[in-house]
Amino acid sequence: MTEATGPTGTGTRTASRALDAADAARVATFAALIAVLGMPGSLSLFGNAVPITLQTLGVMLAGAVLGARRGALAVLTLLALVAAGLPLLAGGRGGLGVFAGPSAGYLVGFVAGAFVVGLLVERLRRVTFLGVLLAALVGGVGVVYACGLPVQALVTGVPLTQTAWLSLAFLPGDLLKALACAGVTVAVARAYPAALRSRTRED
Amino acid sequence: MPTTSVLHRLGAGAKLWGLCACSLALLAVSTPTGVGAAVVGVVALYAVARLGPRALWSQVRPLRWFVPVVVAVQWATLGPVSAAVLTTRLVALVALAGLVTLTTPTSLLLDALERGLHPWRRLGVDAERAALVLALAVRSVPVLAALAGGVRDAQRARGRERDVRAFAVPLVVGALRQADALGEALRARGLDD
Repeated sequence: MTEATGPTGTGTRTASRALDAADAARVATFAALIAVLGMPGSLSLFGNAVPITLQTLGVMLAGAVLGARRGALAVLTLLALVAAGLPLLAGGRGGLGVFAGPSAGYLVGFVAGAFVVGLLVERLRRVTFLGVLLAALVGGVGVVYACGLPVQALVTGVPLTQTAWLSLAFLPGDLLKALACAGVTVAVARAYPAALRSRTRED
Repeated sequence: MPTTSVLHRLGAGAKLWGLCACSLALLAVSTPTGVGAAVVGVVALYAVARLGPRALWSQVRPLRWFVPVVVAVQWATLGPVSAAVLTTRLVALVALAGLVTLTTPTSLLLDALERGLHPWRRLGVDAERAALVLALAVRSVPVLAALAGGVRDAQRARGRERDVRAFAVPLVVGALRQADALGEALRARGLDD
């Protein structure tokens, strides 16, 4: 295979572009990955009776695997395509309506969340399950809700406390996804050593 | 599909700015008459765009589970009048944004987005590179959907359908291989030069 030569060799040399070719490819591919994880059937729970998708797992993984900047850019890329009208959000949602609705804050939270997950994982000395889990909980759950709840409260007019109670229904799923993010990130780092390129670059 | 109305012909950038202004104005409205006027306005705009109730429904449909729950909570905490006003306002906001989506092709919206990024050049934003990433992402969606389908089939064959890790690990590794091969191909074509 290609080994690690290509991916590790780039990056540092090309300072003229904010995003070199390897970065651009990873950002674009992960934007698509988050979209695909939001498609129904990516997780069959009770024979697809419960429409649970793995989209938020995709957001956490973008941060954990790509790092803060590229992870946030991947989410931003997905949101730009959604804003342009492509139905790439979980449940086939898309268009500008999702940015006017109650979910708008969560979408912004996805960008901030991926960034924070990436920031925390980049700071880990070693990619461990617990370390990534903590990053996913803080960034992928905490930051996302911190951005999402106030906007939902503002748009619906429901006080923040009640809005928070309403959103508790989604919390178990998101906690499970944080666990999944930690497991997947550790396994991916092992299976594909060039995966967490952002960490090895400075070495 | 009628594609020629004043709203269809209006520039994408103008519609986006208009949407921003209208949304902010709508968020400031909190009286029954004000919201009623807003609904009439939105419906009128759909009529101007020659879009029927079916198109309107397609845009607000994602709210169909959310609205009953929120109305119940609003009714309990704020009373029936506020519940009606706030929920109607929310649906009107979403319908208005949906109108821009319905009357503007995706490609034109992406072009508008790229143009909107140009002034940020001084802050290190590369509009051309952003446009490239967006195009690559669009192209990657079917590629990754096929990849996910393959992984899911393999998972089913081994009877591990409920194992998220057994699905996500090969998918993410496959995505990374795909991305790094794509990056190499772009670099070979002189993208970084």
